Amino acid sequence: MKKEFKIISKLIKENSKILDVGCGNGELMKYVSENISKNIRGLEISKNNVQKCIAKGLTVIEGDAEKDLKQFPNKSFDYVILSQTLQAFLNPEIVLDELLRVGKKAIVTIPNFGFWKVRIHLLLKGTMPVTKNLPNEWYNTPNLHMCTIKDFMNFCKARNFKLHNSISLNGKKEIPIKSNKVFLQNLFSELGVFQIEK
Amino acid sequence: MNYIDKFNRIIIDKTLKLDCGKEISNFPVAFETYGKLNHEKDNAIMVFHALTGDQFPCGINPVTKKEGWWSYALGPDKSIDTKKFFVISANVIGGCMGSFGPTSLDPETKKPYGANFPVITINDMVNAQYFLLDHFKIDKLFAVIGGSMGGMQVLQFVSNFPEKAHVAVPIACTANHSAQNIALNELGRQAIMADSNWSNGNYLSNDRSPSKGLAVARMAAHITYLSKKGLQEKFGRKLQKRDDLKFGFDADFQIESYLRYQGSVFVDRFDANSYLYITRAMDYFDLTKQFSGNLSSAFEKTTTKFFIISFTSDWLYPTAENREIVIALNAINADVGFIEITSDKGHDSFLLDVPDFLNSVKNFLNNSYKNLS
Repeated sequence: MKKEFKIISKLIKENSKILDVGCGNGELMKYVSENISKNIRGLEISKNNVQKCIAKGLTVIEGDAEKDLKQFPNKSFDYVILSQTLQAFLNPEIVLDELLRVGKKAIVTIPNFGFWKVRIHLLLKGTMPVTKNLPNEWYNTPNLHMCTIKDFMNFCKARNFKLHNSISLNGKKEIPIKSNKVFLQNLFSELGVFQIEK
Repeated sequence: MNYIDKFNRIIIDKTLKLDCGKEISNFPVAFETYGKLNHEKDNAIMVFHALTGDQFPCGINPVTKKEGWWSYALGPDKSIDTKKFFVISANVIGGCMGSFGPTSLDPETKKPYGANFPVITINDMVNAQYFLLDHFKIDKLFAVIGGSMGGMQVLQFVSNFPEKAHVAVPIACTANHSAQNIALNELGRQAIMADSNWSNGNYLSNDRSPSKGLAVARMAAHITYLSKKGLQEKFGRKLQKRDDLKFGFDADFQIESYLRYQGSVFVDRFDANSYLYITRAMDYFDLTKQFSGNLSSAFEKTTTKFFIISFTSDWLYPTAENREIVIALNAINADVGFIEITSDKGHDSFLLDVPDFLNSVKNFLNNSYKNLS
């Protein structure tokens, strides 16, 4: 299982109601439903992935987060999860607003564009960064809005979103992000995991 | 039609008040069952049929001598596995395969009801079939499932009996018949009524039947069950057993011959008045209106888990209409899953060999049954 899934799972309270937006093949959903809360649903755009989720016995709706989140009532979930898909939306700002409307809390993970390898790649090679977490070339990447851990935290601050848990991930190491160490953590982390609230 | 008297049926000795205001009692409901009801009585599935379906979803149909209408999906080891589940399948009231319908005899006149049969609705059909739960002493069904008009019955069933099914699978259907749906049904009805043999619905007494009108109705409807791409790939402009056009109105093209054949075999098994009544029931179906314009209210009391399925090439009950049901269920936080299956086979996809569809149904039912406890 992906390392960040473990971190996300630890942020979720038992038997809470969860929506996994962009749930993929249902790996995280399955883990959560077996270990933390059965009350979990998914929203997924790929038919192939929806089939895989159904085969796992998960409740999933085929749909597009940018269009279909609006059908859920206000605060209808305790947690809404968005794992590594924020950067692929046409309008991430609206999606984040929707996440925090539908969910009491949102858990968002982002691939960190401020990671030193990414910076070095652009600085020395002079080409768009291709890394383990960002495996695509500039012409075929689904990632439209890359950001760094610092960008995301600045955004939350500007929008008055409360950051309850901020965790950075480098390889297997997970470290809580401290406000006086953002500069370094932004440089040395591949991923950021954030629990936010309005 | 004497063979019909040999079909399994029960006489419902209770009174059912129809939506039109009339009351019926001591009426027959014809049904078949497949598989075994287990000791806990928790493995029962009620299957609802579509417009021209019947109580024989699998095995050899005793009238047509062909495979049942859902033989790809239902049977031993199929998506609806009769080794595991006990399947109940009834003929809708208004139908012509043994349930109370226009071919039934009116006890007052001793003649078939014909056009004197009361106008029935999807709600009436569901209420009539609900009596079968009593008959089998089943407190709660594991699943209700059906496509097209069968899907409408699934929606109505859960709305009427919110505690009586653990899971519901409405397939390729709608919560309210669109203007296009009504228009297409009206075309079929007018074809039947324009046939002079129809005689205001009393043809059974005259021993003549409006088979030409019914065949045209079937031909028109059949086109709506297929997709443009499917038709083009199967038939294109291929000619029927000839090298060139004949400059006449004979069936030059294979598609013409195919439709004529579909029309001709249909009239041998289906009653024209039943076609009028059942299409009317579909047109009247508007679950949203039943709940004062709020479809969500139809499902407010239910804990039933829904799985809604649509098909990409279905233009009769398109994905958008199926998605409206999903949206209504999400609005009240109901338990709902949804998938649109890719298929070129049009509305008929749910009856055909579409592996993604068949696997989805199988996986959903098996996983849900496993999680019942």
